[in-house]
Amino acid sequence: MSGERIKILTGNDLLTGDVTWWTGRGWSRHVAEASALGDDAAAIIATEEAARRVVSAYVIDATQDGASVRPAHIKDRVRALGPTVRLDLSLRAGDPDALIGLV
Amino acid sequence: MYLYDTHDQAMVDARVAEFTDQVSRRLAGTLSEEQFRPLRLKNGLYLQLHAYMLRVAIPYGTLDSRQMRMLGDIADRYDRGYGHFTTRQNIQYNWIKLEDAPAILADLASVGMHAIQTSGNCIRNTTADHFAGAAPDEVEDPRPYAELLRQWSTFHPEFDYLPRKFKVAIIGSETDRAAMKLHDIGIQVYKDAGGQTALRIHVGGGMGRTPMIAPVIRDNLPPLQMISYLEACLRVYNRHGRRDNKYKARIKILVHEIGADEYRRQVEEEFAHILTLGLEPPPAEFARIKAQFADPAFDPAAPDAIDRSDPDFALWVDQNVHAHKAPGYAIVTISLKPVGGIPGDASADQIRLMADIARDHGFDELRVTHAQNIVLPHVKKADLHAIWQRLDAAGLATANLDLIGDIIACPGLDYCSLANARSIPVAQKISERFAETGRQRDLGELKLKISGCINACGHHHAGHIGILGVDRKGVENYQLLLGGSEAADTSIGTITGPGFSEDGVVDAIERATNVYLDQRAQGERFLDTYRRIGMAPFKEAIYG
Repeated sequence: MSGERIKILTGNDLLTGDVTWWTGRGWSRHVAEASALGDDAAAIIATEEAARRVVSAYVIDATQDGASVRPAHIKDRVRALGPTVRLDLSLRAGDPDALIGLV
Repeated sequence: MYLYDTHDQAMVDARVAEFTDQVSRRLAGTLSEEQFRPLRLKNGLYLQLHAYMLRVAIPYGTLDSRQMRMLGDIADRYDRGYGHFTTRQNIQYNWIKLEDAPAILADLASVGMHAIQTSGNCIRNTTADHFAGAAPDEVEDPRPYAELLRQWSTFHPEFDYLPRKFKVAIIGSETDRAAMKLHDIGIQVYKDAGGQTALRIHVGGGMGRTPMIAPVIRDNLPPLQMISYLEACLRVYNRHGRRDNKYKARIKILVHEIGADEYRRQVEEEFAHILTLGLEPPPAEFARIKAQFADPAFDPAAPDAIDRSDPDFALWVDQNVHAHKAPGYAIVTISLKPVGGIPGDASADQIRLMADIARDHGFDELRVTHAQNIVLPHVKKADLHAIWQRLDAAGLATANLDLIGDIIACPGLDYCSLANARSIPVAQKISERFAETGRQRDLGELKLKISGCINACGHHHAGHIGILGVDRKGVENYQLLLGGSEAADTSIGTITGPGFSEDGVVDAIERATNVYLDQRAQGERFLDTYRRIGMAPFKEAIYG
């Protein structure tokens, strides 16, 4: 996939367990809203985990192409979507193209 | 069935109160995640790929309709309307909110259930033959022993921080329906030459990255010395098991490295000491436990005939109904493997329906199998048609038990944070490829098992056909294995060769089954043909 290689931050919401992505100002459930990290990942993780807004946060590689952000590893692409075998429970329920680009 | 006494109930109630407080402290910030993580895991609460996952213990896979109904209600009330029955005879919920976890545990405790020791390096839920107390070939019901093990292992302080998790399985017949030899400890209840009940203890089996079949460490153990002997087995493991490398920490590695004879010698030495301590339950207590597993009140006049005039019903009877020890009764296995479905998943409504059927027709009892199906152990043959109709209306009458469509599959990369590849889509494609009932039945018994990582929760080593999903440079890849078994003829499968894509592995399986159909001798299963002709013809067909 073409696009700019970036680092993004992901984790889970402490209360709900939902997969979340760092937007630069807060957390979003949508990977497309993830923002490229600078050198401040460790500080963000420390602050956000201490504030109990996120749990098990970690940095991953991704590719940004326009409005699209694609995690480099399939595990994080599945996290971004939801279970591929229950698309009705995924973030793209009803979208016939939901699995395109997953693998 | 065993009913909790006041001590059991007080224990789970206390655990609910304790965990409620721990969650409150976590949400308030007085517990960090580092501090909280081991506490939530002690209560079966994992953080998985998409959300928190709660694993609920179902001791030796046995539950009553009230408990089963509660499992359905929890799926509706706190999850997304379904649950996943596992290869450890438990159930998992995939979409739990942390703040709901205490309420779920309270609901479970209200029906004598919990999530204790479903995680962590402790003795996990003991599993057992899912036909226990019903199978005609049974020597003795293993459930009282399993219950004794539950009581002994629950909160056992010495074994709460073992080198690794520890799994025990027990059977009471020559037919192994519990993969007994692939557990850390496998116990077989049998009759000795004099007709006395004795126990055979296998130690050091397992799957995972180093699959091993457990050798016999002790034969002819008096039943009332079981606790002392297992105490000795665990104590030697706890003393010498490796803690420096989690991949070498299971007891199978210890037994393998020092050898079965040396392990046995040390256990016997420890056993001799433990016998002096009087750890065993009084015979009267064991008798009390046994009495709770007495046969239900079978109707001696129950008719033995089954009206097979409905061909779909007859097909289901042939495939999913087993002989029972009592005349006029049968064992029903409800397949949770519909064509193209998710192995082991059941909706809240389906769970409640199975509970209702058990209440109405099955002496209020159900079992979860390690193959991710549900058993009604005691039903009248005369009720089979009515049961089948109710199941059929709910999509639960798939007639594929032990056929290629009856696939064991772990949650894989669709849910599990440890997985490297997805398991369920592969299972679905295989199920759909072989969907035609006649074709499946022509292939006969063919146990296909899929794991999404080397931890082998999907028992791929023990499949007649096994599939292991791996990560090959960020791409899902599937290794194919042939020749495994988790029955009395336990064997570990052999990898055929290079791995495949998701579609490629389905094609490879079809080619392997074609070899079997071409070369099978009269009465041979797929596994038998493989064992007779070896890997070469399969490999040639698969890789061309």
